[in-house]
Amino acid sequence: MLKIENLSVNYGTRRILRDISLNVQGGEVLALIGPNGAGKSTLIRAISGVIPSESGRVRTNGDDFQALSPIQRARYVATVPQAVSLPPAFTVWETVLLGRTPYLGFLGQPSGADEELARRALERVSAWTLAERRVGELSGGEAQRVLLARALCQSTPIMLLDEPTAHLDLQYQVSLLELVRELAHHDGLAVLIAMHDLNLAARYADRVALMDAGEIKALGEPGQVLRPEMIEAAFGLRVQVVKHPFLDVPLVLPDSRK
Amino acid sequence: MKYMKSRPYLFSIFALGLALLLSLAIGSVFLSPSQLWAALSGHGTQTSTAILWSIRLPRTVLIALTGMALSGSGAAYQGLFRNPLADPFLIGVASGAGLGAVIAMSVKWPYTFWGLMAIPMAAFVAALLTVFIVYSLARLGKTVPTTNLILAGVAFSSFATSLTSFLMLRSTGEVRRALGWLLGGASQSGWTAILAITPYLVIGLGVLTLGGYALNLLQFGDDQAQQLGLNVTRAKTVLLVSASLATAAAVAFSGIIGFVGLVVPHVMRLWWGADYRLLIPLSIISGATALILSDVIARVVLAPQEIPVGIVTALAGAPFFLWVLRRAKNQGYW
Repeated sequence: MLKIENLSVNYGTRRILRDISLNVQGGEVLALIGPNGAGKSTLIRAISGVIPSESGRVRTNGDDFQALSPIQRARYVATVPQAVSLPPAFTVWETVLLGRTPYLGFLGQPSGADEELARRALERVSAWTLAERRVGELSGGEAQRVLLARALCQSTPIMLLDEPTAHLDLQYQVSLLELVRELAHHDGLAVLIAMHDLNLAARYADRVALMDAGEIKALGEPGQVLRPEMIEAAFGLRVQVVKHPFLDVPLVLPDSRK
Repeated sequence: MKYMKSRPYLFSIFALGLALLLSLAIGSVFLSPSQLWAALSGHGTQTSTAILWSIRLPRTVLIALTGMALSGSGAAYQGLFRNPLADPFLIGVASGAGLGAVIAMSVKWPYTFWGLMAIPMAAFVAALLTVFIVYSLARLGKTVPTTNLILAGVAFSSFATSLTSFLMLRSTGEVRRALGWLLGGASQSGWTAILAITPYLVIGLGVLTLGGYALNLLQFGDDQAQQLGLNVTRAKTVLLVSASLATAAAVAFSGIIGFVGLVVPHVMRLWWGADYRLLIPLSIISGATALILSDVIARVVLAPQEIPVGIVTALAGAPFFLWVLRRAKNQGYW
């Protein structure tokens, strides 16, 4: 569904992403993990088209993203940003309807069908009751759900999420990731999600890609990638990896023994 | 998002109508509504007809157009810079446009329609240059902090104003007259001036009105706006050029009038919400109302002498600015 081929990105003269190649299939959740500055967010931004790439390509169904206009790209890829600095005066309803932008004229007048999609998206993230509230009054978890609803409203086959759980309480992290997994497994979306928490990545992703210094160091199922030597090399921290007591996934524990 | 609400429009247009009536009625000679009607429909006395058609109406219309331009572009600048304190005056665009206008005036244009058209054109070029300079100075990486924007704007504004004063002192006659103009007095009234700025205003404010949805998207930041499908660079360029065109047209014939572009969009946002598809047209309508009322005050407060309308807007607007500044700080805008 989403094919990234030898993608490189520079900031000025500094190379931030080096020769990234990655495929995300429809129906699959692929988690990007790695330390701060590894290039996870940059990769998400490069795919969504807001920063230019130096070389390489991003494609879907044979369409080269670079050749697409923002509006065409927004019909393929929806991006869920971190819920920081949203304009406080907009209502939840107004915010979610913006997801229909790629299908509206420049005056942005939504049809009844667009409004129906927005309502269903809000119901899907259990936020329909928030519709009249202002974005500035929402908690972090609520705001993140609203942004997910906005992305759903875009009706795209591909969804990118940039550390959506970074500022959330545990219960919101879990419910958000449950929903994201359902979108892939049930609705067939190709989901690429940058994540901080290795254990949540192990639990909710079908595959993980470990990034460090702008490169992909390992790619595969959680059990193949989340190995002590890999994590130590990327994070510079000794860890123990044990089997989850009742799920078939690895559990990463920082090792404080000297 | 129902932006075709009629209540805010009815309310704003009603207020504008009252302001127009007041502005046409009040002056050295009071004209009652029936006298006004008679003069408008061509059945009035010679005096009242003359007062209305050659003094009050052109002045009121010019003031109204100026208020529309400043307030509409103020709302657009606030949306573009995502900054509640952006105003054509505070970010230096007005002074820059003023400098451009004065440079154009010191050239001896024939006092005709086309000669007059050159002045807003020069003001427009200078306004665009100013936006570019101030924005580049204020930018820190990808963000434009409010403090930087206002500081760069005010600094550039003093620079442009000094240069303008210098040009005016050096020159004689014609341009000296512009001294009163610079304080914002609409002293260059007359139907020719109105004709000369109308095309600029129709284009500038027309584009801004149509750009409300793009401004809504931009409130979420450039990244999100683009991810939602907006061509951010193009939208920003078009909106910035249109706002500067409207500002330049207003400054070219009415001088530098501060704070209208700050206060009116703010009040509209407080009353009717943050949707720019509503905010831009309402700011345009109510900008006219606000400046007409300020002009009425400017005419009556020391009657028979007039004070420049820029003094009235600054006296009312500066304290408002400080209030918004405090409020913006408390709400964590910066």
